[in-house]
Amino acid sequence: MVSLKVNGRTHSVDVDDDTPLLWAIRDNLGLTGTKFGCGVAQCGACTVFMDGKPLRSCVTPVSAVGDAEITTIEAISGKEVDAVQAAWTARDVPQCGYCQSGQVMSAVALLMENKKPSDGDIDLAMNGNLCRCATYVRIRAAIHDAARTLEG
Amino acid sequence: MQAPLLHAILAGAGLCLAGTALTSAQTTRQAAPAASLRSAESFSTIANQRDRSVALFGEIGTVLQHPRCMNCHPATECPRQADAKRLHQPLVVRGKDGHGAPGLECATCHGKQNFDPARIPGDGHWALAPASMAWEGKSLGQICEQLKDPNRNGSRDLAAIVKHVTSDTLVLWAWNPGPGRVPAPGSNAQFGALMQAWVDTGAACPAS
Repeated sequence: MVSLKVNGRTHSVDVDDDTPLLWAIRDNLGLTGTKFGCGVAQCGACTVFMDGKPLRSCVTPVSAVGDAEITTIEAISGKEVDAVQAAWTARDVPQCGYCQSGQVMSAVALLMENKKPSDGDIDLAMNGNLCRCATYVRIRAAIHDAARTLEG
Repeated sequence: MQAPLLHAILAGAGLCLAGTALTSAQTTRQAAPAASLRSAESFSTIANQRDRSVALFGEIGTVLQHPRCMNCHPATECPRQADAKRLHQPLVVRGKDGHGAPGLECATCHGKQNFDPARIPGDGHWALAPASMAWEGKSLGQICEQLKDPNRNGSRDLAAIVKHVTSDTLVLWAWNPGPGRVPAPGSNAQFGALMQAWVDTGAACPAS
């Protein structure tokens, strides 16, 4: 049994220590908003927050989480999240949508640290999030929109 | 692909590609066998102390210029990876403190330990070396002078350098890199002994 703090609650999860956090979240806790894409930290679909910082859950064994707070796409909140959600909707960013929870997590993480990112800042932050539908141009535009919303 | 994105990708790659060119040999996935290190004692046959010190640093250089060390001492803003020293995928950059860009820091993927199922290496302070400690593309003599220069080595004296290379967990990782990566030559204990012997013989540098 491993104890995990996920989305504000402590869960006892019956998995081996080396189980990737992604599978504990999806299979054991039923939080399927976080996606499996590549399993080797190359696509970003599995991004969650650990103590408020983005983390690829597919390459993070549950033993490495300890007492840290995990937040998934189902429970992220705050002004950056509101701004990103509104911008994503207005721009109709997703196409197939599979990668989008990871994209949103990374976009929120960027805006939490950089309130007014340049195109270059966005590209460097989002490089690890792949989109097979190539929605990158809308993603970048939506992040700029969200930044303007946050600027007020 | 639309033009703005293509331009951005090319610009990003430009951060990392300056002054480098991979050969077909460098892109191979074939892992070379781990190399050995000569012992510090084996250099005692060199009578001249300065010559002995230079020779010791030549052996030390086989570690410093090994991919396990060199990949994170790049001349550009981007680390390299694997035994082939290819550019890190995804594209990541040094950032303001060597830990990556906001939104995509090293710790986003690299944990406190190696995660062997996905072959992701890890350490508690996984990071790029500061730009002042860039070794890529430099001669061994240049690396030696850089290593001794407090203005470029993190204000360390020679004793602090020896301590750093024998106790820093990220340095020690080079001998425990996980499957799929060739460890640095020899052992850290041998490397530490070579470094100490180099210091004890005057820390002389190769001419080039």
